[in-house]
Amino acid sequence: MSAERKVRPFYWSVRRELWEHPAIYLAPVGAAAVGLLGFGVSTLWLARAVASPVPRNDSLMAPYAFTALAVMVIGVLVSIFYALSALHGERQDRSIQFWKSLPVSDTTTVLAKMAVAMVVMPLAALAAIFGAQTVMLVVSTIVVLVNGVDPARLWPRVDMSLMWTVLPYGLLINALWLAPLYAWLLLISGWAKRMTFVWAFAPPLALALFERLAFNSTYVIHLLIERVLGGFGEAFSIRGEGREPIGSFSDIDPIHAFSSPHIWGGLAVAGLLLALTIRMRRSRDAI
Amino acid sequence: MPCIDARGLRKRYGQTLALDGVDLRVELGRIVGLIGPNGAGKSTALQAILGLIPHEGDLTVLGRDPWTARQDLMADVCFIADVAVMPRWMRVRQALDYMEGVHPGFDRPKAEGFLARTDIKAGSRVRELSKGMTAQLHLALVMAVDAKLLVLDEPTLGLDILYRKQFYDTLLNDYFDHSRTIVVSTHQVDEIEHILTDVVFLDRGRVVLDVSLEAYEARFVELAATPEGAATARSLGPIHERHLFGRSLQIFEGVDRARLAGLGELRTPGLADVFVAKMGGGMPGREKAA
Repeated sequence: MSAERKVRPFYWSVRRELWEHPAIYLAPVGAAAVGLLGFGVSTLWLARAVASPVPRNDSLMAPYAFTALAVMVIGVLVSIFYALSALHGERQDRSIQFWKSLPVSDTTTVLAKMAVAMVVMPLAALAAIFGAQTVMLVVSTIVVLVNGVDPARLWPRVDMSLMWTVLPYGLLINALWLAPLYAWLLLISGWAKRMTFVWAFAPPLALALFERLAFNSTYVIHLLIERVLGGFGEAFSIRGEGREPIGSFSDIDPIHAFSSPHIWGGLAVAGLLLALTIRMRRSRDAI
Repeated sequence: MPCIDARGLRKRYGQTLALDGVDLRVELGRIVGLIGPNGAGKSTALQAILGLIPHEGDLTVLGRDPWTARQDLMADVCFIADVAVMPRWMRVRQALDYMEGVHPGFDRPKAEGFLARTDIKAGSRVRELSKGMTAQLHLALVMAVDAKLLVLDEPTLGLDILYRKQFYDTLLNDYFDHSRTIVVSTHQVDEIEHILTDVVFLDRGRVVLDVSLEAYEARFVELAATPEGAATARSLGPIHERHLFGRSLQIFEGVDRARLAGLGELRTPGLADVFVAKMGGGMPGREKAA
């Protein structure tokens, strides 16, 4: 018997997800590329804007902010559809029989898929945003120089220090916030035979409808909307209240964010749903 | 320690009893053919052995309970179901990378050596390969694993005869040695007959025959009876009789060859014929033999 090599099932399980779903990194890159393209056209007017006095609503930061937002929204969308297909596709194309013939546990498999939606996707988004914004800064500086304007007049107006602090911080909060949603989608993906999207969203909406008609209250629908759409508000507004966006370093309040019962409650629910998903995959076969 | 030890293995799907108390013991170094008609429970038995489904009854594979220890077990067990389970998006190179990354017993140069003898290119995706090439790829991956048990569930279904023959030849020449065990299910009996050391017939969830090939040769005999000998032979209780070109062909189980010697030509019947005899139902003499 030859000495057994060291293996890394979790790492390779994540790698194989990226092979199967290149959209995880291509979609953020695509969104960033569109942002860059729009920005490229706008540089025609850049030199004049930099040479002019600073207006009250300075829009020089707009391409940076909108590109970041677009990449993040696309990222969450890709994660949602990825999670919905992650445990469904392998049953539909019968490859689950191949995966299960290898010494990789259901726990490793499910956690790798969760990590792709919750960790790899935000990291890909972050990389795409940083890349695009760096290119924007460099191109802006060159355009301004070529037009004979002092770049020192540009740089203070596109100060990235706050944005480059808030982005990783906000993406982390957003990922934690969305963890129960991703775990729920994985559970449905491993359970439903078809129409995973409908199974994922129709029953909660039906519950909300029932609640509204039976008790004339709206807890469920608010909980759903808050959990699905509230991540960015939680991440990028002051104290996660969704009113004022974070505008200065003093607005960043990690102690408040990480002591939020909504974050921890959500993570607990995510843990429970993942445990169910792992347990279910053990007895799942091709469909 | 036997490789597979099942006692009273049962599995129920709704109203259907897929396995109805299967006892099966497979020693290391054997090549066991699991043979039965459609719906006999072959796949269910193999799935239980691989830890893919829960079951009732006692079952250990390489000393482990497959249902609770699938991950550990799969380090020593390889499995090929039918040809269509390799992920279609995967490139051959990725399959090698992945196997190397997750399987402690995978020998990459060995797999590449097997692949070099085929037309499969490292950059191809599985979806671009023919069925036969996909089977070759899966077999190359599996043969490069230092596994103790290889389970094959209808591995050549849908392949043409050249690939089918090559599949079993490769398996026997390049893979099997007496430290390994192979369990193969199929209903194409004649194709695997010559490679087996043991044969198990399953019918409606029950084991109806479990013999080594040596014991099989002693136990079953086929008589091509002479016209005069046919009636005498019939009185000895054949488990099956058919007529071919006007001659009576009778299969006997556990009847001394010496008693049949004068009644016609004797030979060892093919597995397919015994299979029909045991499974056929309603054959003259079946009750007597049972």
